[in-house]
Amino acid sequence: MVAGLSHYNKRMQEFAIILVSSILINNYVLVQFLGLCPFMGVSKKLESAIGMSAATTFVLTLTAMASYIVNELILMPLGLIYLRTIAFILVIAAVVQFTKMFIEKTSPLLYRVLGVFLPLITTNCAVLGVALQNANKDLNFMQSSLYGFGAGVGFSLVLIFFSAMRERLAAADIPQPFEGAAIAMITAGLMSLAFMGFSGLV
Amino acid sequence: MIELLTENIMLAALVSLVGLGVLFGGLLGYAAEKFKVESDPIVEQLDELLPQTQCGQCGFPGCKPYAQSIADGDAINKCPPGGQSTINAIAKLLDVAAPSLDEEHGEEEIRTVAFIREDECIGCTKCIQACPVDAILGAAKLMHTVIVRECTGCDLCVEPCPVDCIDMLPIEEDIEQWRWSIPKKQHYLIATSSSAVHETLT
Repeated sequence: MVAGLSHYNKRMQEFAIILVSSILINNYVLVQFLGLCPFMGVSKKLESAIGMSAATTFVLTLTAMASYIVNELILMPLGLIYLRTIAFILVIAAVVQFTKMFIEKTSPLLYRVLGVFLPLITTNCAVLGVALQNANKDLNFMQSSLYGFGAGVGFSLVLIFFSAMRERLAAADIPQPFEGAAIAMITAGLMSLAFMGFSGLV
Repeated sequence: MIELLTENIMLAALVSLVGLGVLFGGLLGYAAEKFKVESDPIVEQLDELLPQTQCGQCGFPGCKPYAQSIADGDAINKCPPGGQSTINAIAKLLDVAAPSLDEEHGEEEIRTVAFIREDECIGCTKCIQACPVDAILGAAKLMHTVIVRECTGCDLCVEPCPVDCIDMLPIEEDIEQWRWSIPKKQHYLIATSSSAVHETLT
């Protein structure tokens, strides 16, 4: 009984470490600089940022699971590891297309708000990045799906913070040369600096 | 089967990737059936042509409902803010003859914008409630003002004002609003088809 409990504790601790690591320490946007396109593109409005975050988290979790299955059941046994990239892209495109249909059916409003950025999740480097890193790190199924979910939460966290700041920046008195994209880039850089501070956490 | 694949790596690559593609294609096809959205694309197109003033002069609560109604067979000449150009565009989309604007719903005017004479404003917030596009700023017992960029010139705020301090000012044509007027389509006539000439000229 005691042994079982300590085993359970150990697993929980491991999951917590994976989550903290993927959300804060190895944050995909601000530390690894992946997925910057939607980070800049969909952060003008808080509302659409929240929608985009939810969609991307969903896609990231699902692709992390699906790519684990494809990698473990098809690519590894057949010795086709060199086909990882293209196989994962196939998985991602299918999952994104599925998400698009799902959102179009369940929330037409969100579908219209997200617009072109929804299919663009396909080209979000963070998605492919998570799949490839999972495969490289030899994580098991639970760990890799948790890693994907954590990456999604990290992406959401940063995107929502950033869009909230940009909404305020839109109304702020900014010197003319810095208006628009320039101040957004500077803000993103400062946020990135702040997130680098998490690097010694675990 | 598996042995054949592991020995022949080329075949394995082909089979696995094609298999994945077929699998995902099948899944997406199934999902497309399952999550099918019954949308009427013509309504979207009509809505895009309408001027989006949401003024309600057509008798519908906004542009989208009017677009829906046109799709169901309503008359296309009920939109004063759009004017003749909108009617022509809709007529072209639906491939019907373009009628002139229905006088019942108002006349086509030059574009105007609401202006509140701020000294006279008593801060009753009645115009704020009337504004369909939230273009009026202000709070109870405080002076209101109009955000010019947001104002669609629908003059719905003029009526509710108890002290008549709202004017509709014509927008002067300046470099930001000026547009080329679209030239009339030329008819390409063939000299021998005299009946066609007669039709197009009348």
